Amino acid sequence: MFFPSPFGEGAQRAGEGTFEAQRCALAEPSPPAPPPMGEGSNIQEDGMFGYYLDLALRSLKRNKSLTALMVLAIALGIGASMTMLTVLHVLSGDPLPGKSALIYYPQIDPQDLKGMQPNKEPPEQVTLIDGLNLLHAGRADHQALMSGGSVPLDPQKTDLDPFYVEARYTTPDFFPMFDAPFLFGHAWTEADGEAKVREVVIARSLNDKLFGGADSVGRIVRMAGVDWRIVGVLDKWRPNPHFYDLNTGSYDYGEQVFLPLQTMLDLRLDRNGSTDCWGNGGGGVGNILPSDDCVWLQFWVQLDTPTKAAAYKEFLVHYSQEQKALGRFQRAPNVRLRNVMQWLDYQMVVPGDVRLQTGLAFGFLLVCLVNTVGLMLAKFMRRAAELGVRRALGASKRALFAQLLIESGVVGLVGGVGGLLLALFGLWLVRQRPSDYAALAHLDLSMLFITFALAVGATLLAGLLPAWRACQVAPALQLKSN
Amino acid sequence: MKLHPILAALRKHKAGTVLIALQIALTLAIVCNAIFIIGQRIQRVNRATGLDESNLFFVSQQWVGAPSADTPDGVEKLDAMQREDLAALRNLPGVASVAPINSLPLLNSSWTGSVSLKSGAEIGDKTGTRTAYYFTDEQVFPTLGLKLVAGRAFNAGDVQHQGFRENRDRPVAIITRALADKLYPKGGAVGKVMYSDGSSAPTTIVGVVTRMQIPSSGSFGSDFAWNSTLIPTRLDANFARYAVRTRPGQLDAVMHAVTPLLYKVNPLRVLDDDSVRPFSDIRARAYRADVGMAVLMGVICLILIAVTAAGIVGLTSFWVGQRHRQIGVRRALGARKIDILHYFQIENGLIAGVGAVIGVILALGLNAWLMTHYEMTRMPVLYVLVGVIAVLVLGQAAVFVPARRASNVSPVSATRAA
Repeated sequence: MFFPSPFGEGAQRAGEGTFEAQRCALAEPSPPAPPPMGEGSNIQEDGMFGYYLDLALRSLKRNKSLTALMVLAIALGIGASMTMLTVLHVLSGDPLPGKSALIYYPQIDPQDLKGMQPNKEPPEQVTLIDGLNLLHAGRADHQALMSGGSVPLDPQKTDLDPFYVEARYTTPDFFPMFDAPFLFGHAWTEADGEAKVREVVIARSLNDKLFGGADSVGRIVRMAGVDWRIVGVLDKWRPNPHFYDLNTGSYDYGEQVFLPLQTMLDLRLDRNGSTDCWGNGGGGVGNILPSDDCVWLQFWVQLDTPTKAAAYKEFLVHYSQEQKALGRFQRAPNVRLRNVMQWLDYQMVVPGDVRLQTGLAFGFLLVCLVNTVGLMLAKFMRRAAELGVRRALGASKRALFAQLLIESGVVGLVGGVGGLLLALFGLWLVRQRPSDYAALAHLDLSMLFITFALAVGATLLAGLLPAWRACQVAPALQLKSN
Repeated sequence: MKLHPILAALRKHKAGTVLIALQIALTLAIVCNAIFIIGQRIQRVNRATGLDESNLFFVSQQWVGAPSADTPDGVEKLDAMQREDLAALRNLPGVASVAPINSLPLLNSSWTGSVSLKSGAEIGDKTGTRTAYYFTDEQVFPTLGLKLVAGRAFNAGDVQHQGFRENRDRPVAIITRALADKLYPKGGAVGKVMYSDGSSAPTTIVGVVTRMQIPSSGSFGSDFAWNSTLIPTRLDANFARYAVRTRPGQLDAVMHAVTPLLYKVNPLRVLDDDSVRPFSDIRARAYRADVGMAVLMGVICLILIAVTAAGIVGLTSFWVGQRHRQIGVRRALGARKIDILHYFQIENGLIAGVGAVIGVILALGLNAWLMTHYEMTRMPVLYVLVGVIAVLVLGQAAVFVPARRASNVSPVSATRAA
């Protein structure tokens, strides 16, 4: 008798009988059912857990290189897939948690008949005329018309050279609609906007740079050769992806100044972003605005209930018909009303490369798991003698199964810890890469939880087959063969 | 050696056999596709732009409070400012030549349009060919290092200037060979005319260059990547861009001197960290995603292969341990060491072969799936064949150590009690 068998010659010899035993087991009547455990079963099981854990640790220690190989395979698989899953999770995140379902992006089709095809998507932005019409119609709970650009800012300080700041030209509903938080002050009013006031809301980072973080409301800042009065300072706010205008780059982009759209139109400030024209439309460069045959503005609305959303879509159809009757539109009404997540989905903001890499990482995890199943099988079968002895001494199949699963669970847990460390390292590597989303690649709490669940779950799954095979050992034969 | 005993033994190790075969199949499928993707990316990254890329840098700057480019007066003022810059840059020690240019290959900021043999053809018309325009002056050839194959380079007399938004006639142009072949498939494009951007005024092709990539490196420009058109015109706008070629070895020194020099010429401008960039930086930035992807895929492939090899070593070692006594019996009955070695090698070859067959199917299936979901072309069979050979070699390499250990089992062990 050798129990527990030391690793080495004994263990090898012990293994030999395994398959004999198994083949015979098929022909034998099924082993006697384990004695009923009755009332005390739970307490007993609890006590057994510690024992199984002890057995598992002993067994893992006995065969260090095999254990290390399994743990390493799990850790590598988990590390790679968690790194990529986290990146994917960050990139496909909701920029307005809790509110994105209420924010919609209306699309209408003002193009001429040339190149018309059925079911073709309407343009991805609106013309200035349509934007202002929809804005002034005011049919939604909130609505804002906007475009992006950059303006030169002259700090009028000796220690700072003039620099360009990213600007958003918009209407004041922008702030309540997108839940942009104010640190100081407030937005300009709608009336002020229409009156082309030179008022500006600045971002916290710019406030820190220019005013050392002090309340700068009422101060003057000189941009594009004009004096602007600061009416508000936004607190840290950077929705990711930059959903309301994806032309500026989808991730980690934030404007430093927010200016009234009407004032921008008046002053002809520089624009950035995409302009799509048809017919004789001219794109508009420098101080010239794009012509009426160009779409270059984004229009967003907030609709608090599905009924309102349906009504708004109806309104867009009516608007298109009306414009067609007036001769401005030539096409039959072609409207879309997508909410934020649908819009991001439609725009395919998550880079294809990232999805490809995530797929690759999961393929890798799959191979690592198959590998672990194989190694676990080898490991468990090698211990057939030990298991046979335990069976002969009265342990039920279920108990052996539990013991072996605990052993694979331990491998999974250790592999999970290793995988977590590797994922943290992987994310650090991702952050070193110069892509626009690099800075966002951080592990959050939910991903941490998923990492462990995935590691332990996957390893238990990988342990199922080997554990089941191993506990089919017939007790008597094992004793006989030795 | 007969296969029969090997197959009979494998039947007793179904789970292990299936697992190794599956692992080999998955590894083959993933690695083949990953290497195919890596190969495609490397090919993209290594495309030559047609420029002499060393000792070349790019200046992109904006004027502050500049006159409007939409009035004739403003255009003249802007052009004077630009000429002032050009003169200062050309006089800078270490500078070989300078050309004003709206963009460069791989800069991903382009002016695209179409050229046609038909007068007044609309943009997007079938008779037109898409092209990207470079607006520059006569210094563009020495500055970018373009190679002329036919016709002549621009001379100072060709050079005009215009406001950025103006639609001025383009009397002469130089095009790339790729574009010339599209327009005049029979050759002899030099001296012939084309019409650019739907204009009804003819543009005479005065020269053809071997190769010049368009600014867009992404999928947007992939179907006209080599169709560039050079127009000898300085564009005047609220920004100005210059390409500068330095004398060999003086790139860093000249780049450092440029910003102070331009501020000295005219302080009313903005030059930031990004304004002065060597071409190597433009190239690196254009392809950084591709390089990153290739490196990541390469690393994962290597680890994947290592894991699979380790798995084969682990399972075979287990089998060797398990059959210790049987091996001894065979040895005692007269089998040579080499027979035992071959046994395990053939066994592994069989498993890897089955895995490879499944792997080929998986690899082609994965490729087909990727083609429908991503921009991907069909994988050449060569990749799969090389992959098959690679996994077979990998299997043999992995099995060698345990198999040799098996062959060293002493015949005496048959006599020992189990």
